[in-house]
Amino acid sequence: MRALAILLAALIALPLAAQDSMPPAPYAYRQLDDPEQEAAAQELMETLRCLKCQSQSIADSDAPMAGDMRHQVRIRIAAGEEPGEIRRWLMDRYGDYVSYQPVMSATTWPLFAVPALLVGIAGLLFWRRFRRRA
Amino acid sequence: MNWRLWLPFLIFFGFLGLAAYQLSQPKDEFIKSTMVGKELPYFTLPPASLDRPGVDSRYFHAGGPKLLNIWASWCLPCIAEAPQLERLKEEGVEIVGVAIRDKPSDVMRFLAEHGNPYTRIGRDDLSEVQLGIGSSGVPETFVIDGEGIITYQHIGDIRPEHVPVLLEELRKAEG
Repeated sequence: MRALAILLAALIALPLAAQDSMPPAPYAYRQLDDPEQEAAAQELMETLRCLKCQSQSIADSDAPMAGDMRHQVRIRIAAGEEPGEIRRWLMDRYGDYVSYQPVMSATTWPLFAVPALLVGIAGLLFWRRFRRRA
Repeated sequence: MNWRLWLPFLIFFGFLGLAAYQLSQPKDEFIKSTMVGKELPYFTLPPASLDRPGVDSRYFHAGGPKLLNIWASWCLPCIAEAPQLERLKEEGVEIVGVAIRDKPSDVMRFLAEHGNPYTRIGRDDLSEVQLGIGSSGVPETFVIDGEGIITYQHIGDIRPEHVPVLLEELRKAEG
């Protein structure tokens, strides 16, 4: 009986407030008036990683910090900044982690090299096999 | 039987073992700022409370090393680190606060309850300073040397064992 009461209490328990009570940033959920600029901002936001969540882009996340990042992206695009510059600005602060657009670097080059190598090996094997048959 | 027949299986199980091993390793959830070693970006923030001035990044260009504490009244670990900030203040460390997405009334209530170790507290409603210095959560604490260069980042709440580390980093930033 007591265990059941505790279980029931656990069901109605509210999580402790770990979120702020501030309204979202002006451009967190508001689109830019210029559809072309909004499209550029949207495209960029989908390739920027939310810092507070697991495997979500800032375009997909409702975390307040992701909203603040969308605000940054939109006001910078509206001010005429290039998407590439904004990505670089964030990567200067958070490293590769923040970008979903992989770049070739000292740590990531095997990701690009290994598939090319495997295709090469497969090609070589096929070639040798067919040559033998012929 | 040709031993080479087993080679693909060996490679496959090798991959399986590698994946299982990686899954069992705890994931490092800290995203380190790549701003350490660089200059504090320019910013100016209005006061977050009624009894402390706001923060201008130029303030860090004089008067020796300081701590820049990113916190918020709605953040629970910030309560846990309050006694450690108090101790650092007693050691003569100047602590400048940046309150993330916070209301002055909430800031005042938090400080009345948990102490106020700050000489200045800036109000960062849009996480602009947080993004500017590469911080990805609250609380985080940065050591800034007397010339405005970020020399160290502490991620998460300051536990008692971190106090000597921060004091040592501040001493190193001295010069």
